[in-house]
Amino acid sequence: MSELVQTLRKEKREEASHPTFQARTILPILGVSIALATEILIPAHAKLKYASLPHYKYFLFIALGVTILLSILSIFWEALREKLSYRGAFVGGVFLFLTFLNLVTAKWMWLPQLYFPSIARIFNVFFEDSKLILTCIQSSLLLLVKGIFIGFIAGMICGIAVGWSKKANYWIYPLIRILGPIPSSTWTPLALVVFPSAKGAAIFLIAFGVWFQITILTASGIQSVKKAYFEVSSTLGANDLQNLFKIAIPAASPSIFLGFFNATCSSFVALMAAEMIGCKSGLGWYVNWQKTMLSYPNVYAGLIVVAVFCYILVTLQFKVRDRLLSWQEGVVKW
Amino acid sequence: MVKEQTTGAITAKNVRKEFLDPNGNQVIALEKVDVDIKPGEFICLIGPSGCGKSTFLRLVAGLIRPTEGNLYLDGEEIKKPSYERGLVFQDPTLFPWLNIYENIAFGLKTRHIFKENKNDVKEFIKLVKLEGFEKALPHHLSGGMAQRAGLARALVNHPKVLLLDEPFGALDAFTRMNMQDELLRIWKERGTTMIMVTHDVDEAVYLSDRIFVMTPRPAKIESIVNVDIGRNSTYGRKRDSGDFLQLRSKILQILDYTGKAAADIEYNI
Repeated sequence: MSELVQTLRKEKREEASHPTFQARTILPILGVSIALATEILIPAHAKLKYASLPHYKYFLFIALGVTILLSILSIFWEALREKLSYRGAFVGGVFLFLTFLNLVTAKWMWLPQLYFPSIARIFNVFFEDSKLILTCIQSSLLLLVKGIFIGFIAGMICGIAVGWSKKANYWIYPLIRILGPIPSSTWTPLALVVFPSAKGAAIFLIAFGVWFQITILTASGIQSVKKAYFEVSSTLGANDLQNLFKIAIPAASPSIFLGFFNATCSSFVALMAAEMIGCKSGLGWYVNWQKTMLSYPNVYAGLIVVAVFCYILVTLQFKVRDRLLSWQEGVVKW
Repeated sequence: MVKEQTTGAITAKNVRKEFLDPNGNQVIALEKVDVDIKPGEFICLIGPSGCGKSTFLRLVAGLIRPTEGNLYLDGEEIKKPSYERGLVFQDPTLFPWLNIYENIAFGLKTRHIFKENKNDVKEFIKLVKLEGFEKALPHHLSGGMAQRAGLARALVNHPKVLLLDEPFGALDAFTRMNMQDELLRIWKERGTTMIMVTHDVDEAVYLSDRIFVMTPRPAKIESIVNVDIGRNSTYGRKRDSGDFLQLRSKILQILDYTGKAAADIEYNI
């Protein structure tokens, strides 16, 4: 059976080594071209301010070059061809959406330009304000890493204790049940009093949310490990400590990772909330501050950065998880 | 018995085990067990559900303690689980996060003697014919292969006694017969004392030196049957010989004679 599969794969590979053209790889180029044509050919609305900002146009030129290059490369490179012909329609669609936005803001101005600035202005922010944005990314990342790290360690310790020891379960579990579900931003007043700096308070709020998620899922993961694993490992010579570290924790690791995923998501919420209360830097602060300045291009640019920032962190985490949990049969996909 | 063995004797003295059921009532899981198992002997425990077979195995493994009486391995009281009494379940219970090699090496690693015994792991992988599958994960293996890996994992510790709780119960008839022969081959090579729980009278007669026939309510060893049939070259027995069939029906009769078990064992016939 597996031989058959291998032969099939081999044949497929050989077949694929010939240059092949896939029509769907053209779709991104088409999308970019439409966006570019719209931007160049249709004049901006007469009342539009900053109509001369060229950054969106530059971006589209670069995108055109990249998409053309990719589709040429994909003729010879099979992996890229498969990916590009699958994603092609989507990428093309994204550029059509940008075109639509461009039309309703800059070109026809159907929306009030104070709240819905042209795409060119939003793109402009990335160039004008790049230094501040980078500082904000750095500061947010630092807060997040510190908060997640502290919360993760505390959560693992509590989770293992509650899941493993009946005594710890008796004393700590009710506490977790009562404190855990409180949204971490509720602690803001207390955190601001207890911690000398706004950053300390922010780290606390992030760590708190992470701690709860990790604790609950680590404990339940450990408690639901099959008893037979412990029985077998005991008859193989494992002592209690080895049963904990070599059986209970690895067996609970899918659950722990689920907790970590939930924790990361809740940490983004906590981060944004925390930065809006007292910090003087960070992405959440940036968005909030720009809003009070009525500088909506910057608000949107900030939101885009936040989205990309969170996306990268979550993707990174998936990669780690897929590596560590590759032993699982039919891994649950997010 | 194949090799002359000096270790691996199990003695049970007046063992009785009680449980509390979920309603808080006392249930007698096993009573009046007084047996001597010689080193290197192959014992099968047979009987319907609820006769205390698995309870006896768990007592020997040290996973549970008797309510009354004591169990001894080579004269030493059994107080807790140990690698000297290896355990194999019907479900191979391989650790899914470890590959086959790591599963088999688990015992040596927990005992911190892996480095000096690396060759043993290789040898036992060979013994159970799993060469080439070292890197495979448990869910990649078929039922028979997984069970062989489970056997190797227990055997690599050189246990004095191997406890088998219906190890082939989930396998198809052909795989099961192959596994029985492989188990006998391993038994012959290692001379380990084997205590095996089974539902299958044929399997018990085919494999064992002595059969403990057990009955429920009260759960106890009803009688001990010596299997005095010569073994063939694979250390099994001719399944269609007159002696074989006679002994088989004798055991069924013991189970039947007690009356209480008849309904439970019908599916074994």
